[in-house]
Amino acid sequence: MSTAVRLSSTRRFFAIFLLSALLVAGVGSYYASTHPDGLNFVAHRAGFGDEAKASPTSDSPFAGYSTKGIGNQRLSGGVAGVAGCLLVLGIAGGLFRVLRRREPGSANAGAGPAHGPPTTSGL
Amino acid sequence: MHVPDGFLDAPTSIATGAVAAGGLALALRGARRELDDRTAPMAGLVATFVFAGQMMNFPVGAGTSGHLLGGAMAAVLAGPWTAMLCISTVLLVQALFMADGGITALGTNITLMGLVGVGVGWLVFRAVRAVLPDRLGSVAPAAAVGALLSVPVAAAVFSLLFAVGGTAPVSSEKVFVAMVSWHAVIGVGEALITFLVVASVVGVRPDLVYGARSALRARALEIRGPAPAAIPAAETP
Repeated sequence: MSTAVRLSSTRRFFAIFLLSALLVAGVGSYYASTHPDGLNFVAHRAGFGDEAKASPTSDSPFAGYSTKGIGNQRLSGGVAGVAGCLLVLGIAGGLFRVLRRREPGSANAGAGPAHGPPTTSGL
Repeated sequence: MHVPDGFLDAPTSIATGAVAAGGLALALRGARRELDDRTAPMAGLVATFVFAGQMMNFPVGAGTSGHLLGGAMAAVLAGPWTAMLCISTVLLVQALFMADGGITALGTNITLMGLVGVGVGWLVFRAVRAVLPDRLGSVAPAAAVGALLSVPVAAAVFSLLFAVGGTAPVSSEKVFVAMVSWHAVIGVGEALITFLVVASVVGVRPDLVYGARSALRARALEIRGPAPAAIPAAETP
């Protein structure tokens, strides 16, 4: 296993993973379908779509995945996507940092069998 | 599948809010067992990736689209309890900053995508893994099957909630059939994306994939026999 693990350093893997998320949100999302999603589509077809109320946060700077004050659609959506990613990363990353087991360099860092197979912590 | 405010009445929204709060309380406890120094940053990135993935609506025909929910993907990559927190964080940011999904509907959305989507995705993944050989190659296909089923089941649960507390006098059977059939199609996209992402991560860093742990252990035993310290302790970022 150790050879496979060393092929790519953890730090580099994380950087690539983050970069791909930012690229999808910041660049790729411009090319996303603008059709209503399944729920909205069904809601309008079935006749309850008009029950939807505008979100109380619809005047937030990134409402609707576009950035207030940026006219260029591509840039506006890209900035909102990247901002959203960073917000999620900050909140989730911070939460998981607090929740994690801290292992002071002990023998079983990582997925040690001391915590049982994934089966025991499953739902 | 982000439910806006106004689709469900107040009692139903309060009930799903309570379910979401209870689920998150359990997830906060469960995630402690899943997260360590290496997997905590991974899990934060999984949440980020799901946010990005949810922006990529793909067309599914007849003027409608679908997007990744990410429950099965997050569960397989980060562990089921952690995944519930990942998806819930994504939904929180979307509701608060992107005006995507309602505020009174946040509990509903967390219940549908965070609890049901993750729960179904993980349980189906586990069931498929139990049938397939315990190898790394089984992880992505099993994740894809979990993803495939998680979407229509979440849609079915929405339809049940709408039958109980929908605000418009609409045939709940009609809503159920339409929701489940459209989301069965969207589930195919979910399965495809989940397969590609999970297979990619398993391909380069299987040690960071929660759902690959047993396969990695099985492989280590096969290759090296009873080797001490199967996982290198020095591998920190």
